[in-house]
Amino acid sequence: MRRGGAMNPTEIIEIEQVSTTVPESVIDSLATIRDMVSACIQCGTCTGSCPNAFAMDLTPRQLWYNVLMGEKETIFHSKTFSLCSVCYYCTLRCPRGLPLTETMSALKQIAAKENLAPYKKSIRFYQSFMESVRRHGRVREMEFMTLYFLSMKNPFMPLQFAPLGMKLIGKGKVSFEIPSKGNGALELIFRKVEALEQNS
Amino acid sequence: MKYLYYPGCSLEGTALEYNASTRAFMQELGVDLLELEDWTCCGASAAEATSHLLSLALPAYNLAIAEKMDGTKEILVPCSACYLNLKKVEKKSRKDPELLDKINTILKEKNLHYHGQVRVRHFLDVVARDVGPAEIVSRVKNPFIDLKIAPYYGCQCLRPYPIFDDPEEPRSMEPLIEAVGAKIHPWNMGGRCCGASHMTTKPEVALELVTAILRAARGADAIVTVCPMCQMNLEAYQKKISAMSKEDMHMTILYLPQLLGLAMGLSEQDLRFDLNLSITKAFRNKL
Repeated sequence: MRRGGAMNPTEIIEIEQVSTTVPESVIDSLATIRDMVSACIQCGTCTGSCPNAFAMDLTPRQLWYNVLMGEKETIFHSKTFSLCSVCYYCTLRCPRGLPLTETMSALKQIAAKENLAPYKKSIRFYQSFMESVRRHGRVREMEFMTLYFLSMKNPFMPLQFAPLGMKLIGKGKVSFEIPSKGNGALELIFRKVEALEQNS
Repeated sequence: MKYLYYPGCSLEGTALEYNASTRAFMQELGVDLLELEDWTCCGASAAEATSHLLSLALPAYNLAIAEKMDGTKEILVPCSACYLNLKKVEKKSRKDPELLDKINTILKEKNLHYHGQVRVRHFLDVVARDVGPAEIVSRVKNPFIDLKIAPYYGCQCLRPYPIFDDPEEPRSMEPLIEAVGAKIHPWNMGGRCCGASHMTTKPEVALELVTAILRAARGADAIVTVCPMCQMNLEAYQKKISAMSKEDMHMTILYLPQLLGLAMGLSEQDLRFDLNLSITKAFRNKL
């Protein structure tokens, strides 16, 4: 979705090719991720340390098991990695010293790259944020949330955020700005990153 | 003392009072803050959820700008998410020359180069270790002897890099809070997670975490924070949480420099107390 130039809100609305089965192309990226946790001894310290484990379908320990087994359907139909709030408790405590938080993020990156349906909400949230940064160099809260609402195509969604939004506007913390093209402050950086990622 | 200053996007928006109070507090201490020229977003938690390389390139871009500036090689960062993103690049590129090369290939697009010469410091690190409690004690004008404060550190200034505090049982704020005469609310929630951006995409999960934190803070007069995300999550949903849990969960949430600055005689206006979302009447009456 990010090929060449900044996208405008209408382009976001057009993104609807969400996939329901996990594509084969995921297997290669999954192999790199398997290396990150290959020394996992299935002790479950990560699960015991995770503040969000209560809401997960697979515990972190079970997730690593599925990564080791290359079970892409199980992994990418589970909400576990998308529930990682990047608190680094598991990374800190892992007796094998594995980069578990980064592994969670690596799974999020695959989901974003492949635009996998179950993670639509998080993916669009993060992509809207990055789009605003790409355009202006710094995130513009109002633009970012507007892009997010537009991408979710749910007319009632803004209502959920209206009370807090109005409070923040009242305090002058968020200003009314309609999405705009910006000065493309970081366009060259974003493009170069995309080019390098395509070649790797 | 002099530091380069990276405020980050939140401090220009939802955390305006963190920016204002950090600047006022540091100025009062005679510490110079030199804002990075044309800094950009560090990528927050969004870059890492979309592209690993981008999550390193964006902080590196700002570190490269910092290296071009004169006067000091230390960069002070108040936001914990920004701090960790910048710190991660400092740490990773030092260990991995290949990665540093890759980062510089990207930065070349903007005629920048990162050499690995700046040291990233969290606001709390600077206040706890460079300024120190003794300096604060000597400047206190209104000691808060009636206040009991719950120090809340959140995650990313503590983990995964334990630079200035214990990553499991943080204590670095305690001498600072005691320096202004207040007592410490004993609790074990200081380093727990507030749910971060889950509050927007998975509120049912984040609300659970914040409820536990607010409940454990009961008995304290206020929670102090050192991160815009923690601050927002703890202060903005108290009404909802009170309704959900059928208990009064209202609690004053302040940024650390607001509390310290007020005791040092700075005005509520200087410290922008008007911008906080939850300062209770009971707390006001105790000031």
